[in-house]
Amino acid sequence: MTVAQLVKSFTLWEFVKAHTLTLKYFFKPKATINYPFEKNPLSPRFRGEHALRRYPNGEERCIACKLCEAVCPAQAITIESQPRDDGSRRTTRYDIDMTKCIFCGFCQEACPVDAVVEGPNFEYATESREELLYDKAKLLANGDKWERAIAANLEADAPYR
Amino acid sequence: MSFFRPPTQLFESWGMGHDLAFLIATVVCILAICLPVMLSVAMVIYVDRKIWAAMALRRGPNVVGPLGLLQSFADGLKVFLQETIIPTAANKGLFLIGPIVTFTVALLAWAVIPFNSNAILANINVGLLYILAISSLGVYGTIMAGWASNSKYPFFSAMRASAQMISYEVSIGFILICVVLWAGSFNMDTIVQAQKGHVLGFFNGFAFNPLLFPMWVMFLISGMAETQRAPFDLAEAESELVAGYQTEYSSMAFALFWLGEYGNVLLMCALNATLFWGGYLPPLEIPILYAVPGIIWLLLKIAFGFFVFSWVKATVPRYRYDQLMRLGWKVFLPVSLFFVFLVSGWLMATGHFA
Repeated sequence: MTVAQLVKSFTLWEFVKAHTLTLKYFFKPKATINYPFEKNPLSPRFRGEHALRRYPNGEERCIACKLCEAVCPAQAITIESQPRDDGSRRTTRYDIDMTKCIFCGFCQEACPVDAVVEGPNFEYATESREELLYDKAKLLANGDKWERAIAANLEADAPYR
Repeated sequence: MSFFRPPTQLFESWGMGHDLAFLIATVVCILAICLPVMLSVAMVIYVDRKIWAAMALRRGPNVVGPLGLLQSFADGLKVFLQETIIPTAANKGLFLIGPIVTFTVALLAWAVIPFNSNAILANINVGLLYILAISSLGVYGTIMAGWASNSKYPFFSAMRASAQMISYEVSIGFILICVVLWAGSFNMDTIVQAQKGHVLGFFNGFAFNPLLFPMWVMFLISGMAETQRAPFDLAEAESELVAGYQTEYSSMAFALFWLGEYGNVLLMCALNATLFWGGYLPPLEIPILYAVPGIIWLLLKIAFGFFVFSWVKATVPRYRYDQLMRLGWKVFLPVSLFFVFLVSGWLMATGHFA
């Protein structure tokens, strides 16, 4: 140990330096946000909770082509379809198992009619596992609830697609 | 015993005998110290978390009550509503006594802290020895809890904690001897009075004395080791020992450990303020500063001392156990012993004892 090292260690030089640093940080603005009251901005491409959209006249978009079911890598989507009374093909069952979903966004990419989308909502924690097994009614309700935000996001992202 | 006189006289005026009045006055005075201490322990936990968060650029607790001020009370309520779990193989008696000892001992030592001139619960001549004795007793709570849990990690933790506390008590003893030599008394009030105008007749406090300044730094570091604060919190090194000696505890017993731990930290800050920063005296010998009551100065000094403790916790990473022991036995012990010789030699040479 050289004399310089000895002096350094006995004057706790490293500690003094470290403490000035932390004191400097003590007065800096916080890096974190006040989460439930403040939120970070989200990209229009953010892939959050799923929703099934409708046309402006209220007709549901989904035509039961099952492309999303086919492309889903986690096999989280289950679809059953039947012709409706007016002859159009519609889903009778459209389930997404949110506990399986990996939020890759492939369903959204595969959809030819922009029916299934991943919206901007990420705060849908539930108290039970069963509540995360979404059925068609829940997904359509999500679509109705988030339509404005989803439409705005799709429009904002359209030039890049 | 001027501290007891006003309440004693009050109770006597209500028609009690002198002895009974004195007894009740003592109990009232004890409560008047213990309840604020317990309350400030709760607040200090919150402040600790806030300081720690601020230095990590976080916000810390800010939801419960205005600015999160009620966080500790919410935590306390949550803990009290938990089930008290006693492990089947635990030694029931010791298991329950452990946290009680820790908590009681943390409160006991406040008896000899002078809050103002003559405002001291037990103005005994051996105040400092009393503090040393009481803080040594704190080891028992820890080791009882660790042993009675009948679980290996709490036991390892208790062994570590007691070895650490005993090691650092040795150097704390030598550091306090320097203070006692200079003050010429074990009485806490006299020690505070001895610091009046101690350096150049202007600075109040042994910490301003160039010979005692290194002792103050070592006292602070030993105090952190003694109270098992970071960077010496090896007893609860969560990556090695789950949660330390309190692993098996829940509910009230756990809360008592928590309170006792922070009570000890506050006590260390109070000791530091009393022994090195001039206690209830203002830091500078300026007459106008005496307009502020002594207890305010003491509280400010304790608060600043606690800030330093939190500051260190937010800065320094945890020591390894061999480093801890090396620091205690191979650095602090010889250095403090050397300073005992140095200080006493200086006092002899300058005719301090004449």
